[in-house]
Amino acid sequence: MSTLLQVTGVSLRFGGLLAVSDVSFSIEHGEILGLIGPNGAGKTTLFNIVNGVYKVDKGQILFEGKDITNRPPNDVVHLGLSRTHQIVKPLNGMTVLENVTVGACFGRDYLGLHPARQAAMEVLEHVGLADRAETSARSLTIAGKKRLEVARALAARPKLLLLDEVLAGLNPTEIEQMIQIIRGIRQSGISVFMIEHVMQAIMNLSDRIVVLSFGQKLAEGLPEEVSHDPQVIEAYLGDPDIADKLLEDA
Amino acid sequence: MSAQPPTEAGAPARENVPRASHRASVPLASRSGGILLHPVFWLTLVFAGLMIAVPLHGNNVALREDLILVAVAVILASNLNLMIGYTGYVNFGHIVFYGLGGYIGLYLATVRHWNLILAALTAGVSVSLLALGFGVGILRLRGAYFALATIGVLVAVNSFVANFDPFGRSEGMYVSFDAYAPLGGPMRALWITYFLVIAVMALSMILSLWIKKSKFGLGLFAIREDENAAVVLGINARVFKAIIYSVSAFLPAVAGTLMFYKNGMIDPSIAFEYMLSLEGIVMLMLGGQGTVVGAALGGGLYERLRSYLLTSPRLSNFHLVIAGGMLLLVVLFAPGGLIGWLYRLIPRARKVIE
Amino acid sequence: MFGMYLLFTALHINAYLLLLPIIAAGLIFGTLVYWTSVHWVIDRSQLSSLLSTFALNMIIIGAGTAIWSTSPYNVNFSVPGFTVGLYTFTGNHMAAAAAAVIIALALELFLYRTRPGRAIRAVADNREAAELMGISSTTVLALAFAIGIALAAASGALVSTLFPFTILSGGSYQLKSFVVTVLAGLGRPLGALAAGLLLGLLEGAVTPFIAVSWIPLIEFGLFVIVLIVFPKGIFSRATA
Repeated sequence: MSTLLQVTGVSLRFGGLLAVSDVSFSIEHGEILGLIGPNGAGKTTLFNIVNGVYKVDKGQILFEGKDITNRPPNDVVHLGLSRTHQIVKPLNGMTVLENVTVGACFGRDYLGLHPARQAAMEVLEHVGLADRAETSARSLTIAGKKRLEVARALAARPKLLLLDEVLAGLNPTEIEQMIQIIRGIRQSGISVFMIEHVMQAIMNLSDRIVVLSFGQKLAEGLPEEVSHDPQVIEAYLGDPDIADKLLEDA
Repeated sequence: MSAQPPTEAGAPARENVPRASHRASVPLASRSGGILLHPVFWLTLVFAGLMIAVPLHGNNVALREDLILVAVAVILASNLNLMIGYTGYVNFGHIVFYGLGGYIGLYLATVRHWNLILAALTAGVSVSLLALGFGVGILRLRGAYFALATIGVLVAVNSFVANFDPFGRSEGMYVSFDAYAPLGGPMRALWITYFLVIAVMALSMILSLWIKKSKFGLGLFAIREDENAAVVLGINARVFKAIIYSVSAFLPAVAGTLMFYKNGMIDPSIAFEYMLSLEGIVMLMLGGQGTVVGAALGGGLYERLRSYLLTSPRLSNFHLVIAGGMLLLVVLFAPGGLIGWLYRLIPRARKVIE
Repeated sequence: MFGMYLLFTALHINAYLLLLPIIAAGLIFGTLVYWTSVHWVIDRSQLSSLLSTFALNMIIIGAGTAIWSTSPYNVNFSVPGFTVGLYTFTGNHMAAAAAAVIIALALELFLYRTRPGRAIRAVADNREAAELMGISSTTVLALAFAIGIALAAASGALVSTLFPFTILSGGSYQLKSFVVTVLAGLGRPLGALAAGLLLGLLEGAVTPFIAVSWIPLIEFGLFVIVLIVFPKGIFSRATA
């Protein structure tokens, strides 16, 4: 497998706060990398850095070998990197279909309006929102909005999808449905980088996990390894047996 | 609502608390196929055709003079719609394009003796390019800051022109009668400029329709809904905004040339009237921002109301009060304007009346 | 400005004492403005609150023009000035400057040393969190608005003692106040004072050499340059 994303030594300071400190990791083609850590650890900040929303003070980000450090977000989408937001940002005045069409129009393939609309409908079918295509985005439930967020990002035909706490606020049924969607995303060949607090989901979905705490990388490795790491247990997990309890094929 | 820093530089650090955007028009009908099949396109042609045919038929000069003002109102409102209704950026200095276009075009047509149409088009292009320049500077601002900056542009251009010798400084320029000779004398010139203005009006509406149904338009509406989200979705907001600001300057500038040529004179106080800018906003909000028909409707209706008020002996002083009052009522209670109200009444109208 | 004029011609007292009732009237008027136009739209897009305040602007100017027309008015009150060497300091200007400094200091103290002031800053920072802390954001917003209008009224009143004025005089100060806000950034009244001084100095330095009508252009140019170089303002305290 080849390296899709290579992050080396990134650091970002906000005034007096070192939000991200010398973080390095990589994501391979076809893998799901989980990102966990306590609140305030810098996970969303890291996403913002990779995505181009924040500029780094130090470090380098390579996407498929190309240097995307400090490139604006609208550029990286065209290279194949999409993301969802922790607090969803639906385009409220538009319908569900229009929202996803925007994603398809300005994504990697830069489709025209008509093909974009068709591509959008396909994506909506995959995430199960096709029956609500003509409803306004504002009227969806939180689960619907989260799915819309994912659909919109998928419509850009990314190679790497950044999911920021996409399960937050969902009930167990909705979580299960979203997990299936994520599995489907991986099956279609898209790599996933996801931030999650729902430990069961992330332990079972991720191929590898990176742990962030106070802006620094605490650990990186397979879910079983990481969950037995004493530093990680102390900083975040709390329960040393959590892996055994949650992993489905321990 | 947190204190928003004025520029994009401050923006990414804040999570946007989702706020209920007011219900404006939903931008896209699912109808595909070019705009040539669109009802609003034909409506525009019919409307323009009537405005030409009716006064011409009876050589009705009084009606023509009334209608030309309506046409200008529609031009200003439609182009302002591109910024406010489509992109969500309020331009308080919109009239500067009209006034500056008037100055440049009038100068070329009368002092340099250019062909009128060529002068008007050159004025349009020059003002668009200048707008691009200004835009690059001020479009990094968001919301209220951008709006106030557009006032700054208006004031700055006014200040410059009032000191600029070739444009007659604060006295302005006059058009002597022989400037109308190339068009066959003043009488014919008035009719010709009238037709040209109607053409610009039709173009404004068709341009609005075309942009709204295009991919570019979709991007603009995305910027309007949530600019940060739009950027993350791949839209180069900076470029889009600069382009639409520049485009929204072109036709008003052309119209400015034609109108000031017709009126025979221009000076800074009438070219850069801040109140006209505000009235343009009233027209747009009244009719229904974000829609092509709304801009035209608002322009036409408001212009008639304005003419009535200004000629009425008792009410002329209150025209600003009434305009402001209407704007306030619309913003508070009916932000979608007349067309927005129509959409709520007949939801199916959304697909047909853009 | 007209408030000062009316009160002064009616009462003939020291104009500077009249600042107090004017500020009080400003507070009341500001609260009224908040409840009629701002409150309903503040949660909607910025577009709405912007337009509603400008609509109010139009109404006021329209009403003012109807009542007072556009002829100039004057407040004929002056305090004696003094001369130091080659420089003459006009009494009115000195008094206005002193009043401005006092007001700016008072505002700074209010925002940073009192409870209501802290409440205002809290709501400005994060409205929802402030509400969760028990601060009524509506009251705070109304208060902030009222203070803003009162301050505008006070400055208008002060300016009326310096120059003849009309209902439209406010216009030229619109761009200036905006430039000051951008120069100073958000958050500190003293920053605004400093920025205002800077702008005034600049104007003073420039006027002997260039016609007055160039000034808006220069101010605007300055404003654009500052924006490009200091996106958050020079003295800004706005937190990231």
